[in-house]
Amino acid sequence: MMDESAASVVPGQPATPGHSTQNDAAKPVVADDVVLWAEGLTKTFSAKPNDVTAVRGLSVRVRAHRITGLIGPDGAGKTTLMRLAAGLLVPDEGRIEVLGLDCVRDQAAVQARVGYMPQRFGLYEDLSVQENLDLYADLHGVPQAIRGRRYDELMRMTGLAPFTARLAGRLSGGMKQKLGLACVLVHPPQLLLLDEPTVGVDPVSRRELWAIVNRFVEHEGTSVLMSTAYLDEAERCDEVIVLDEGSLIGQGPPSQFSRPLTGRTFRVRATGLGPRDVQTHLALRSEVIDAVIQGDAVRVVLTEAAASQPDSVLTGLEQAVIESVPPRFEDGFIATLRAKRSAGSAARSPVPTARAEPAARDGLVISVRHVQRRFGEFLAVNDISFDVPRGEVFGLLGANGAGKTTLFRMLCGLLPASGGTLQVAGVDVRKTAARARARIGYMSQKFSLYGTLSVQDNLQFFSSAYGLSGRRRRDRIDWALTEFELGPIGDQTSGGLPLGYKQRLALACALMHEPEIIFLDEPTSGVDPLARREFWQRINSLVHQGVTVLVTTHFMEEAEYCDRMAIMMSGRLLALGTPSEIKQQAVSPERPEPTMEDAFIALIESKPPAGGAHA
Amino acid sequence: MSRLLALIRKEFLALLKDPRSRFVIIGPPIIQLLVFGYAATFDLNDVPLAVYNESGSQASRELIARFVNSPSFQQVATIEHDSRIAPLIERRRALLVLHIGPQFERHLREGTTADVQVIVDGRNSNTAMIASGYAQTIIRNFSIDYAGRSGTEAPPATITSRAWFNPNLLSRWFIVPGIVGLLTLVVTMLVTALSVAREREQGTFDQLLVTPYQPWEILIGKAIPGFLIGLVEATFIILVAVLWFGVPLRGDLSTLYTGIALFLLSAIGVGLMISSLSVTQQQGLLGAFLFLVPAIILSGFSTPIANMPPAVQQLTYLNPMRYFMIILRGVFLEGTPFELLISQFWPLAVIGVTTMLSAAWLFRRRMY
Repeated sequence: MMDESAASVVPGQPATPGHSTQNDAAKPVVADDVVLWAEGLTKTFSAKPNDVTAVRGLSVRVRAHRITGLIGPDGAGKTTLMRLAAGLLVPDEGRIEVLGLDCVRDQAAVQARVGYMPQRFGLYEDLSVQENLDLYADLHGVPQAIRGRRYDELMRMTGLAPFTARLAGRLSGGMKQKLGLACVLVHPPQLLLLDEPTVGVDPVSRRELWAIVNRFVEHEGTSVLMSTAYLDEAERCDEVIVLDEGSLIGQGPPSQFSRPLTGRTFRVRATGLGPRDVQTHLALRSEVIDAVIQGDAVRVVLTEAAASQPDSVLTGLEQAVIESVPPRFEDGFIATLRAKRSAGSAARSPVPTARAEPAARDGLVISVRHVQRRFGEFLAVNDISFDVPRGEVFGLLGANGAGKTTLFRMLCGLLPASGGTLQVAGVDVRKTAARARARIGYMSQKFSLYGTLSVQDNLQFFSSAYGLSGRRRRDRIDWALTEFELGPIGDQTSGGLPLGYKQRLALACALMHEPEIIFLDEPTSGVDPLARREFWQRINSLVHQGVTVLVTTHFMEEAEYCDRMAIMMSGRLLALGTPSEIKQQAVSPERPEPTMEDAFIALIESKPPAGGAHA
Repeated sequence: MSRLLALIRKEFLALLKDPRSRFVIIGPPIIQLLVFGYAATFDLNDVPLAVYNESGSQASRELIARFVNSPSFQQVATIEHDSRIAPLIERRRALLVLHIGPQFERHLREGTTADVQVIVDGRNSNTAMIASGYAQTIIRNFSIDYAGRSGTEAPPATITSRAWFNPNLLSRWFIVPGIVGLLTLVVTMLVTALSVAREREQGTFDQLLVTPYQPWEILIGKAIPGFLIGLVEATFIILVAVLWFGVPLRGDLSTLYTGIALFLLSAIGVGLMISSLSVTQQQGLLGAFLFLVPAIILSGFSTPIANMPPAVQQLTYLNPMRYFMIILRGVFLEGTPFELLISQFWPLAVIGVTTMLSAAWLFRRRMY
């Protein structure tokens, strides 16, 4: 049907065009071009029962005057590399040099030239913004004479100028991150190490943080190494270093990762079917490397062989159209990870999908009316109303401190509402929380399981906690062990499992009693993108069986997986609708296809700033 | 019921599989049993003694022999001159100097009073008093025997004291039963005070709260492991007290265990109250010690309540340890029957029920 677009596609490019500049082992390294140099770096932490090798034989270069992104899931070794570069850890093997100085021998000299901002920056919450700045200026011995001008500049850039007297503890998450960055920049470092500075920060603050970093790179010639969990941020870097399980997967400009996939990325729309069904269908095909929902369409990455005949994947889908789209960094990252993982173990585990008749979507499962929650003077949730029908995936989106967690906890019966009505599965949560709780499953971002207990013990406890006994209990435990492939690790202590397994176990525990509704609180933060896809495949199959899902996330991209979503800001509902409807609001001539993040920023900017104390 | 059992089983597994909490249950009891069983004693043994014998007579040698042969004293020095006394005491080489004058035997023979000087290091007043008490006993016995042998006039009246319940006045008999209360309190408090806080810190508390458990079920699930661990702990120490330290257990076991059960109820109540209030394990630990230290000092474990100022004595009526100490020493040394301890049982029961109810109330309120 869409032959012309398929024809226009350039067939998959061979992996080595004239571009690859980093494979220059023969070319001598120009000393002042490289600000960070590591060779054969290994660092192992002793932990029970097995030692953890955070960084394994890593050799990387970071070039001057540009932003280098450090990409990888939790546990990839990003923070360890940063801390080694800052001279805070001593490597077990290998060498690391920063600005020509050895990080172990010249630790003090390195620390004087490097600015390091850890994930949770050490702001003194009981000091004001100004006092925090003064403290860091004193610590770095910034001369009084130049402080005034520097402060003005930093406060203007961060937009913190009106808040210099406010206590740091009373700033919002985004403002804290900006203040943290300002404190590091009080004494402008030659190399700036930023460890996940944008995680959980609202899109507006995220954009501002990037603007500040960009400005320093352009005007002061600062070199930046910045780790991130958001794959879309990788594309904004000049160069990226991709890590997985402590070893290097690749290094180069982001386009180097996406370029090999040129001509292999497509978007599929089927008018008759929902995107979730299209995705389930496509993900099972062997020629599809990756299939993710994007609003009302499904984005796919095909194998090289299938890319020339993209229409072939549409067999079995009625009224479907496929169109070519440009590749993203994420596509390349997924393809690389898939290739690496499948080399070791069997191919990606096909998640069994129940091919039962889709359950009817009837009736409201969650009904929220004028709900309020007050903490002292502060309104964390302010007059929110929405409904969720059966079998829907409903997303709650917002930055840290937007009130989504508070609302979420009220829905689960963990927190009483100050006003309004909350109905979950037809039960008034404010009156009979225990009855409502028996019908929901809950999984939180910390995968809160009993870490000292084994996988089996956890499953046994949670199945009994939900009142299962006898045969049914045994059946459900067996189901969990097979369905989530936990059988081989049943006797292991759950605290020592890799994050992906913990997440599976947490979901299994939440599903023991076959709940009608599952609440997921940032279920995929920190897990690698492959585990995230696998997780959503499981969720989709549950939804197919008629389970209702309520999910909170700060991944804008994950919002695309929802049927409908609510964007929250300062305790209020900013927007409510399908992802396409919300993105539609941000369409402008210069941005015909806005991303969810563009839509979020446009929404915030279209509203007058909330007058609350929690700016 | 099976749901409650699952909760209790989980609680035990979490407690016993975590090396840190396992240590809390096993470490302190063993260390404290050793410390209190062996090191903490009011008895003095081998008091360093210096002898300054100017008399050189048979009588003086006999007196010195009585000192040296007593288990309480050990001769560390012999002095020939006055000037040697001060340095010995100052350098703490000797705690007590026995000075027998040159006229000692003559005075004895003449039937007049023969003075013996005893110089004691008074820097630790308690030790000094006990040591001079021992010395007095030896000298008195010597005088009586000497008088009897020489036929001189015997002292008109002598004291023959007989200590009931603890005939040899072993302070270990006094201290070890107290340890049963002390250790049971410490371990139960730590186990319960940390239980909710640990779950809060690890994020599992939310996961527990979204299950259909009612708050009271969770509370009972936390209380029962504490109770059982306290019971095992108490039994262990009782066995050690009787079999290892040889402390007599004269009373009825059922009376003793009634006291233990009631005491555990109040200890768990206080522990769970602290647990509901604290967000982190550190706060829980701090809260537990904030209660433990005054509870032990105001219990009569080491210093008698009767010696405390009246206002403080009133305060001890709120302390469950106070009643338990009386029960323990009563049952162990006196064999006090159940009826006579009812006056101790009912205040313990009142404290136990009150603390458990407040814990339940706090738990509900602080659940969110």
